[in-house]
Amino acid sequence: MENKTSILNLTEDEFVHPGNRACAGCGLGIVYRTALKALGKNTILVVPPSCLTVLQGLYPIAAAKLPCLNVTFASTGAAATGVRAAMRSLKKNDVNVVAFAGDGGTGDIGIQALSGACERGDDILYICYDNEAYMNTGVQRSGTTPQGVVTTTTPITGKLQSKKDVPSIVAAHKIPYLATASAAYPLDLYDKVKKAASIKGPRYIHVHTPCPPGWGFEPRYTIKVGKLAVETGLFALYEMENSQLRLTGPSKKMLGKPRLPVTDYFKSQHRFYSLGNDLINDLQAQVDHAWDAYVIHQ
Amino acid sequence: MDDNVRFLQGNDVCVQAALYAGLEFFAGYPITPSTEIAENLAYHLPRQGGKFIQMEDEIASMCAIIGASLTGRKVMTATSGPGFSLMQESLGFAIMAEIPCVIVNVQRGGPSTGLPTGPSQGDVLQARWGTHGDHAIIVLTASNHQDVFRMTVDAFNLAETYRTPVILLLDEVIGHMREKVILPEKGAIPVVDRLRTSVKAGIDYHPYLPREDGRLPMSDFGGEHRYHVTGLFHDMWGFPTTNPKIVHGLLRHLNDKIKNNISDINRMKEYFIDDARTILISYGSSARSALHVVHNRRARGERIGLLELQTLWPFPYTQVAEKCEKARQIVVVEMNMGQVLLQVKRAVSRPERVMLANRIDGVFITPTDIRNILRLIHGKGV
Repeated sequence: MENKTSILNLTEDEFVHPGNRACAGCGLGIVYRTALKALGKNTILVVPPSCLTVLQGLYPIAAAKLPCLNVTFASTGAAATGVRAAMRSLKKNDVNVVAFAGDGGTGDIGIQALSGACERGDDILYICYDNEAYMNTGVQRSGTTPQGVVTTTTPITGKLQSKKDVPSIVAAHKIPYLATASAAYPLDLYDKVKKAASIKGPRYIHVHTPCPPGWGFEPRYTIKVGKLAVETGLFALYEMENSQLRLTGPSKKMLGKPRLPVTDYFKSQHRFYSLGNDLINDLQAQVDHAWDAYVIHQ
Repeated sequence: MDDNVRFLQGNDVCVQAALYAGLEFFAGYPITPSTEIAENLAYHLPRQGGKFIQMEDEIASMCAIIGASLTGRKVMTATSGPGFSLMQESLGFAIMAEIPCVIVNVQRGGPSTGLPTGPSQGDVLQARWGTHGDHAIIVLTASNHQDVFRMTVDAFNLAETYRTPVILLLDEVIGHMREKVILPEKGAIPVVDRLRTSVKAGIDYHPYLPREDGRLPMSDFGGEHRYHVTGLFHDMWGFPTTNPKIVHGLLRHLNDKIKNNISDINRMKEYFIDDARTILISYGSSARSALHVVHNRRARGERIGLLELQTLWPFPYTQVAEKCEKARQIVVVEMNMGQVLLQVKRAVSRPERVMLANRIDGVFITPTDIRNILRLIHGKGV
């Protein structure tokens, strides 16, 4: 990214009221605040039922200062399409129409609406905050829950299947802009949202969002856990423009250098307690393989 | 015996009862206030050799139990309002293809996302008419945990007996409330198993040819017989048809198999009905408050009784009319805008006797609420 935002030139405008109903240490609080800063006030939000609905709160403890359409679970992409079409009819093409959904609302129940919007080329920005399970209903597994994670619906062995690679599914639609980001790197996220807002067509940002109660770590370690995911290589930060993948920020600096072992990340959270050594070795091999591919691509 | 006494949430009781009834397959999607059913089954079902799958949404959940049921398994899913809405199309498929399954709807405030943690009984008519087309359906409900157990087992039994989806309509209060329950010994409640065909492999099997008693013996899909299952109108082999005679016959069959067996399907409880001048009619959690009022007023010498419905659909019109014949007032206690009220008005003679005591603000209806409404009805002021 050419012009990196620093903490010194970050805008002071806030579009989230201080004090909301999110849990202590919630990664989404960071993601939401940062993304709205980057989007500015000329923005309409489309949000399905999710932790974000809880964060936004019940009146009068409402967090957002922007107009928000809180739609049904399976329809985020479709509702955003409708809002965008209406804005175009009203000749208000400068409005950002932003869908803000969790991993379930994006990759499981919501994937049909998202895929439809991407395929139609609708001019929307879709931000998925991925906390890797259904946290709002009390930690049930989702498609993006990593392999081996214990949730209330994978209580004995942990999840058997590997994490659904939602960004790759969206990338298959060949949309103009796609990025991954992390709540632990808010400035990187800020720049990516800013860039996405300046591009026309369907855009997608997938944000890794640590969840203290759901993942089983102390609220003060949200940033640390988020950074570990990036530093171990489990979650890579990248941008994709015209189907060209480019590592960004901290992930770019890690190219060709030794990474932290994935066990550092697994040990930082309770949800990985039932991981066996075979699976850990397997996951490490998967990460190594993915990074070998990144080296070739860059 | 002491081992059988538990202090459980209604959702947990539903799980225990489903396992008692022989549940083998559950597919679901988490939604408040039914999530505990899925969570508990994720823990218990695999340990008993069953299969638990969390699906990607409620449409998938409903379709998965349809598929599993066809292969001969006893199946269930659990959801709440928004998820129940998503299931409606496949529910119609299960009715048309005559596939036994149990759908638990732990009702919350609606419409739409509504009140995820607030009680309501607003899905009574949706349970009846949510899916399109002329059809019949069985809907059970319960007001306490002992009844939740019984009704859950009965739901499986009725589903297997009539080869139809059965909806268990609980509500948020029942689902989340904890109370004492005595888990019945094995065999204390009859469990109906799947009626399987005696037709041998290689002999022409008619999956949709009813026996004389109206029941259809099933053959486990993928087993000895090959046959066709469709949501289109179909003949006795299961193949699609537009033959008016067959279409007419099938639609009559789908409705008659339930309508003609109301006496077998109907479950209701009555308290002090015989000499009651005022009869309360209620079901689900609001029947708890109604019962409290009845006991309270009886102690003061008032001639008041309660008719608690446990089968909501097919609605027991005849039975309700008989019980209410002598009453001066009939007060329907429910947490909606009068969905059962409409049925009671249709059922009884002199429908002007029927009045509504409801609460629709997402707060549980209390005995005080009912008492105040009764005072108004009796012209005493609040």
